[in-house]
Amino acid sequence: MSASKISARACNVFYGDTHAIKGVNVDIGSKSVTAFIGPSGCGKSTFLRCLNRMNDTIDTCRVEGTITLDGENIYDPRVDPVTLRARVGMVFQKPNPFPKSIFDNVAYGPKIHGMAKSKSDLRDIVENALRRAAIWDEVKDRLDAPGTGLSGGQQQRLCIARSIAVRPEVILFDEPTSALDPISTLKIEELIDELKRDFTIAIVTHNMQQAARCADQVAFFYLGELIEVAPAAQLFTAPKHPKTQEYITGRFG
Amino acid sequence: MTLRSKSLFAADPHIQSRKRADARFKLYGLAAILAGLALLAVLLGTVIGNGLGAFQQSYLTLEVELLESKLDKNGNRDIEEIKKVTTFGYDPLLTAAAERLIETQNIQTDLRAKDIAKLLSKSAVSDLRDFVVADTSRIGRTVSFDFLVNARVDGYLKGRVTRESIADDKMISAEQLDAVDQLVAAGALVKRFNLDFILGSDASDQRPEAAGIGTAMLGSLAMMLVVLVLTLPVGVSASIYLEEFAPKNRLTDLIEVNISNLAAVPSIVFGILGLAVFINILHLPMSAPLVGGLVLSLMTLPTIIISSRAAMKSVPPSIRDAALGVGASRMQAVFHHVLPLAAPGILTGTIIGLAQALGETAPLLLIGMVGFIASTTPETMGDALLAPNSALPAQIFEWAKRADPAFYERAWGGIIVLLVFLVAMNAVAILLRRRFERRW
Repeated sequence: MSASKISARACNVFYGDTHAIKGVNVDIGSKSVTAFIGPSGCGKSTFLRCLNRMNDTIDTCRVEGTITLDGENIYDPRVDPVTLRARVGMVFQKPNPFPKSIFDNVAYGPKIHGMAKSKSDLRDIVENALRRAAIWDEVKDRLDAPGTGLSGGQQQRLCIARSIAVRPEVILFDEPTSALDPISTLKIEELIDELKRDFTIAIVTHNMQQAARCADQVAFFYLGELIEVAPAAQLFTAPKHPKTQEYITGRFG
Repeated sequence: MTLRSKSLFAADPHIQSRKRADARFKLYGLAAILAGLALLAVLLGTVIGNGLGAFQQSYLTLEVELLESKLDKNGNRDIEEIKKVTTFGYDPLLTAAAERLIETQNIQTDLRAKDIAKLLSKSAVSDLRDFVVADTSRIGRTVSFDFLVNARVDGYLKGRVTRESIADDKMISAEQLDAVDQLVAAGALVKRFNLDFILGSDASDQRPEAAGIGTAMLGSLAMMLVVLVLTLPVGVSASIYLEEFAPKNRLTDLIEVNISNLAAVPSIVFGILGLAVFINILHLPMSAPLVGGLVLSLMTLPTIIISSRAAMKSVPPSIRDAALGVGASRMQAVFHHVLPLAAPGILTGTIIGLAQALGETAPLLLIGMVGFIASTTPETMGDALLAPNSALPAQIFEWAKRADPAFYERAWGGIIVLLVFLVAMNAVAILLRRRFERRW
């Protein structure tokens, strides 16, 4: 296992009075895929959203403990969440392209971060991102068409391209295929496999086969606690904790 | 268990009664719509039937000899001396012209020329004087001039005044109407489109035929400008803050409740507030569209804030997440994504607020924008904002309470103008909405 990119130590999350995440310690390895699994409401999405401080937008949400990115605490008061999110991108459960053209969707991030010096620069960034998200061939002739007019799977790959275009170090996937058909799901999984060569990836999924197929490391959450974290092969074949055993054999969840 | 019929073709009693209830409900809805449409038709029919007359006016064409001996005794065309001749000096010219009219048109009447001249509006002499002062080279010539006739004659041509109705009327006699009939037959007295009603100013009680709504329209426009300039930026900024940035606590809850309540406060309350604050404390001028605009802004702000917030709330949160997810700041997320998507709703709310303000009369009563305001068309922007003026609905109210029935017709005409304004504003709202929606 490679060196860890993100480390959470004694991480607690509260929504008002609700204790949603309870003392989680986990390391996410650099340039590998870490999957978070667990039954609905176990806090895995909440935890994922802590990793790029998307929970900041929720007024009642409070995070304790430390989460470090390359050794720096992302909840340090000196940290600007905007800078953090440029380094830790996110792909959401429901494909959410902007109601703009395909080109503008991908170009938006580079534009606001001033990454392109000229128009041709910007075009290169957009093309590169779309190629890497394996959607270039499908949309290269209609970059001016609305992003919302694509199919669900294409929209999700467009959202992945939008994330890649900002050149993050980490990409968080929040159940990226739960709204997609099996073919689109397969494409996204292949894409994730491809992307882990350059990016650190954390993915929340409901689908244990998906976790088994994609992930190098799997973390099992239950009722806000991290029950077990292990290399994928080990967790699915020889879980140490009885709860994990029950969950992966379909006894609950 | 209820009886369920065995066959799909036979409906059981329960289903049948449900179907009847469905049908009844549809019928109620249809009846409500039809009743609404019928009332609308009655309203529009009444407004148009009563108001169209105001857009036409009767004119009598006279050949007037502009005698140098009366208008410029020294013959040196000195404008200051010509201006010294009052409208009384012009009376004999009109009488002479009326005399000539009787001769040339061969009118059979026992009336004297002076009585024929009385068919003209009281503003006829001043119109003629303005005509001469505008170009003194006209003195000494004989000019053909279309004079407004007075409201009784005009009403007779429009069918409002009849020979029966003038039995006790001191303003006009049956002999005069005989002469009117002959003048109409001769083509000297005609009814035609009256642009002055749309562009002109209000006139005094004695001259309903000369009254126009143009100046009041400018008053309304100036107020709308003030309202738009003040409420759009303030309202949209307030709603952006409340919707996107404000923490959710007791204080913001209180503010929210108060904004909703303000939208329901009777407009006259805003009027008396405006009187107290803008006029009595800040000493802004009475009857000025600026003050009217300020008062209407107070009234319109809650409407705009509520509709803007609703528009922003309807933008899916996933769009904000998407923007934040690629590292946009919250302000960028709002200005690049939320606002453009909310713009149609914000604009619609703004225009509805403006339309509401346009039709508002009550607050204007208190700041003195109602009553006969002898104003002429404002020439500068400063005048338009600060000089005393009225507004469309206030002008309509003013006409409706005057005694002469000729003003009644003008009140209805004013309502047509107001409705045209509102339809135009709604059309703009629809166009803007279309334009913004096309950007998906």
